[in-house]
Amino acid sequence: MYEIRLHGRGGQGAVMAANLLARALVEEGQHVVAIPSFGFERRGAPVAAFLRFDAQPIRRMTNIYEPDCVVCIDPTVGRAVNIFDGLREHGTLVQASRRTLGELQIPDRVATVGLCDAVGIALQIFRRPITNTIMLGAFARTTGLVPLEALRSALGEEGGLRDAALDQNLEALRRGYEETAVHRLERRAAA
Amino acid sequence: MSALPQAKARPHHVVCDGNEAAAWGVVLSRPDMVAVYPITPQTSLVEALAQFAADGMLDADMVEAEGEHSVLSVLQGACLAGARTYTATSGPGLAFMFEPYLRAPGLRLPMVMSLVTRDTLSPQCVWGGHQDAMSVREVGWLQLYCESVQEILDTVIMAFKIAEHRDVMLPINVCHDGNYLSFGVCRVDLPEQAGVDAFLGKPDTNWHVALDPDRPMGVDPLTGGGGPGGALFTRYRKGHCRGMQNALRVIDEVHAEFGARFGRRHAGLIEEYRLEGAEYAIVTIGSMTGAAKDAVDEARARGERAGLIKVKTYRPFPVQAMAQAITKVGAVGVVDRSVSFGWNAGPLYQDVLGTLATVPARIPAVSFIGGLAGADLTPAHFSRALETTAQARAGALPLAPVWLNENDR
Repeated sequence: MYEIRLHGRGGQGAVMAANLLARALVEEGQHVVAIPSFGFERRGAPVAAFLRFDAQPIRRMTNIYEPDCVVCIDPTVGRAVNIFDGLREHGTLVQASRRTLGELQIPDRVATVGLCDAVGIALQIFRRPITNTIMLGAFARTTGLVPLEALRSALGEEGGLRDAALDQNLEALRRGYEETAVHRLERRAAA
Repeated sequence: MSALPQAKARPHHVVCDGNEAAAWGVVLSRPDMVAVYPITPQTSLVEALAQFAADGMLDADMVEAEGEHSVLSVLQGACLAGARTYTATSGPGLAFMFEPYLRAPGLRLPMVMSLVTRDTLSPQCVWGGHQDAMSVREVGWLQLYCESVQEILDTVIMAFKIAEHRDVMLPINVCHDGNYLSFGVCRVDLPEQAGVDAFLGKPDTNWHVALDPDRPMGVDPLTGGGGPGGALFTRYRKGHCRGMQNALRVIDEVHAEFGARFGRRHAGLIEEYRLEGAEYAIVTIGSMTGAAKDAVDEARARGERAGLIKVKTYRPFPVQAMAQAITKVGAVGVVDRSVSFGWNAGPLYQDVLGTLATVPARIPAVSFIGGLAGADLTPAHFSRALETTAQARAGALPLAPVWLNENDR
């Protein structure tokens, strides 16, 4: 079982990102459960979504407390909530940020970091800081757990996305994938 | 008038949340009339139905009513005229439709309603819990509780067949947990329409009592008082109770037939999980069951002889099936997602105590209360519940309920 927690802010589409990823993973033959964290939906407020997948059927319909991977689709939400809470040893962080690795404070238990200037890309594509599909591309690049093609078809099938909106999001996926820098923090494994 | 939009090709599976799964169950069951009013956490179910209707996939009269009281009143008229009807609601919406809700079972109307369960309003709360459903456990509706997103779709379809059965003829609530099931996204397999059509068959409508403008008749005249009026009322009530009891057999048969036809077997009344050689078991209901089964597997892997009993049908309460399951173990812990204010315990716990009075064995039972207002019930919570139940078997029986989420951080 592989467990992911997505962090973002209301309006950026973290929950939709989890649902898209669920769709892509199902088409790859995985069993998936995606559950949003429950609060009042409010633009800008910190939100989270959970997703677990496995080759075996999954029975538990619960939140995720010890994720293997944290996907943070907003550059500043980490100031409001501890996005690393419960993250497993040798865990993975996929972070929307225009900063470099050295400028970020990352706990020792993180072994892999994917960095993507998702807000910069989103402002170019959507003229709004909607980062969800860009960060799905970043997740695919960083972890290799889902093929980009599966995410592309999931986007096409998701209700309401067609024509210009679909093209924009396909472009967002591609750029997120291509413009993510992946860092392996080997030094930490020895510590 | 423009033609209906061309129906989209129907996929074999979808990836969706529990609310959409319920809406797919409605599409496949082909009701004649649907009326729904949005209320958290049921709202996306309404949106899915509206989308399906707009896409030409749901060929039902969609009635836009101004509130839940009207929703159920409109559907009662349709149901009295022989139509297959569907609605869905939750907590405050259920409260607002309470007056027609009370009337539906007495009129023996086979309505299907998804109840997306929600805790009560104060302290202010929009999250899941069974308090709304448990508050209406004694007004004569059938109540089934789903464990998974797939089971929601399958149970909505089965609900029509159960409710419309001539030996039952009662309204039914298909309960699915707000939040964890309503918004939980999974793969859901869709049965073929032809298979569902064959499974449900032609509705067994009793046209003799259906409303018909050509044959005007009074419905629900004043009945009661002393003498023959009271006697007539008594016979109606007795018939209603008989219908409830008949439902136990029908629910079992319909689940068996569904499993045989579609290959997905859900326990209709009570599911026994790993009771072989079990010394103690926890009793669960609804979406908590998956995490509880994981906890039982972990306990078994440690060599502990734990088991689980899941309640699918809560009203009518399957006393015999529960007695059969419970007498296989030496202690039970009952996990409720709501409270009985009268008994300082969970309502399901009371039903289990009632069942225990029908068996000769003396089996200690613990009341656990958890998952209120969206609180998460994890395998760790169930491990604690199992441990406490094992101690109860050894003689340490808590005399007050154990509150599972009280110290969550």
